[in-house]
Formats: sequence, C-alpha cells, structure tokens
Amino acid sequence: MKRLFAIIAVLMFGAIFFGLVGGYSERQTRSPLAEYYLSQVPRELGAPNVVTGILITYRGFDTLGEVAVLFMVAASVGVLLANKSGDNAQVTNAASIDESEPSELVRTGAEVILPLIFLFGAYVIMNGHLSAGGGFQGGAVVASGVMLLMLASSATQLNHGFLSVTESLAGVLYVSIGILGIVFADGFLDSHILPLGTFGTLLSAGAIPLISALLGIKVGAELSVVIDRFRH
Amino acid sequence: MLELLVILVCAGILVSGVLAVCLGNLLAAMISAGLASLFAAVSYVLLAAPDVAMAEAAIGSGLATLIFLYTMRRTGSGGEP
Repeated sequence: MKRLFAIIAVLMFGAIFFGLVGGYSERQTRSPLAEYYLSQVPRELGAPNVVTGILITYRGFDTLGEVAVLFMVAASVGVLLANKSGDNAQVTNAASIDESEPSELVRTGAEVILPLIFLFGAYVIMNGHLSAGGGFQGGAVVASGVMLLMLASSATQLNHGFLSVTESLAGVLYVSIGILGIVFADGFLDSHILPLGTFGTLLSAGAIPLISALLGIKVGAELSVVIDRFRH
Repeated sequence: MLELLVILVCAGILVSGVLAVCLGNLLAAMISAGLASLFAAVSYVLLAAPDVAMAEAAIGSGLATLIFLYTMRRTGSGGEP
C-alpha cells in the first residue's frame, strides 16, 4: 500500500516535471528584463558583475530573507544540539581524542592550504561587484576553510560567543545600511548612499562592497558555528 | 564539444545520485552525494554561472558532506547498511 502511494507520487511528479521540461525551448533573444539588467546595472550601480548587483541591490530584500533563513537554521541547530554537548562534553572530547589523529599529510597540507583558502574567501567577498562571487559565496569558502581546520586538528575549539556577537553585529549593520538607504537614497537597501566611485575599482559601486563584506562575515560565522555544533 | 561535456557531466550527476541512494555503505553513499554536488558545480561553470558554482562547490560538496560525516560519527552508524 505504502509502495503504491510512493509510485503514484513519483508518477505525478514525473508528469509535472515532464510538462515543464517538454515545453522548453531555448530563447534566441534576451527577455526585456534581462536586457534591462544587462544594460542598466553597470551604469546605474557601477558594478561590472551584474549578478551581484542584482542580488545585493534590486533583490536586496530577498538576500536579507536568505540570510534570515540561514540565521534560523544556525539558531535551531544550536537549540537542538547544544544541551547534548553540555552533558557529554568530557565524554565526546575524550572520544574524539581517542580516535586516530589525522595523518601527517592532512595536517601539513592544511597548514599550507588554509591561508590560501581564507585569502581566497576574502578576495571573493571583496571582489563580488567586479568578478564572480559575492558575500554569500565568499562566506561559504571561509566556512570551508574552518571546516578544513577542524578536520586537520581535532583539538580546534571555536569561540562561539565571539562568533555569535560578530554575526549579530554584521546582521544589525546590514539592516541599518538598508534603513540608511530609505533615508538618504531611493529605498530599502539602495546602494547609492555611498558615491559610485571609479567604475571597476575595488572601492566603487556605492555600498555594494560594504554589504558584501557584512554578508560574508555573517554567512561565514553562521556556517562555522553550524558545523562546530555537529562536531561535538 | 561543450554540449558533449555538459551531457557527460550531467550523466555524472545522475550516476552519483543513483549510487548515493543505492549504496548500502553509508560512508560511500555520503561520498557519492558529495560527488553529485561537485558534478553539479562543474556543470554550472560550463553553463557560465560561476557565482552559483562557487556556492554549490563550497556548501553542497564541502560543508554538507562533513555534516553527514559528523552525524554518522555521533549516531555511531558508520559503515553498516
């Protein structure tokens, strides 16, 4: 009976997706919206990378929602996993130390690669408006650096208090910049509160690099805390 | 040439996704799931969306795989089907 329901559900999904895919034909011309974005983003926002310009300014509210979802995930993982680690802290710590230490290769490799990963994360965050990347991606890269740090030495301890304060501060600053946009520019999260600067330089495109940096800090801190909660 | 590459990479996503479901060994299934994410990231690069590819490679194949690994260690179910 259960199996029958599963098969019916799969068939229904198949029908829906076939309807979506079957009628697909590649457009030969750009839609008016894409045309508008491609021509207006570099001129209006001063950002050569159109994707980040859209994400942080035109769709800034969506990005705020995304970050809020991530914050809720981090908070609920903390609620679900925190009390266990409090009770069994000694036990799990002893267990993880008893488990074999990572090999020489992993430790040495991590020492060589870690600075490069963090540097690349910072580069991706700060060059979001110039090349591919942005706050979210850079934050994820930084968090994967933290992940490598945890893999390489099991004695690594994250300072959760510091990370929470940093993350909350970044969130508050992000929303404040959005409100400054209402006061000094055309609307919530408008990036024109700062001067546009020279096209294509690091400090240009208004508030986009600032918002990008705050996003990167927030995402990096949240993802690191989530992984660390799972660790012990 | 590009189309052939995209088709190959998409076949990689499918194969590793099916393997992730079918493999009995949890560790191997976890690695296959990470591999599916990695192939997806490569396909995003090929389809000229490097921004998405970066997030997919870091979160999908890096962080999610590690979270699975830690969960398996905590629940003590590593290896057995």
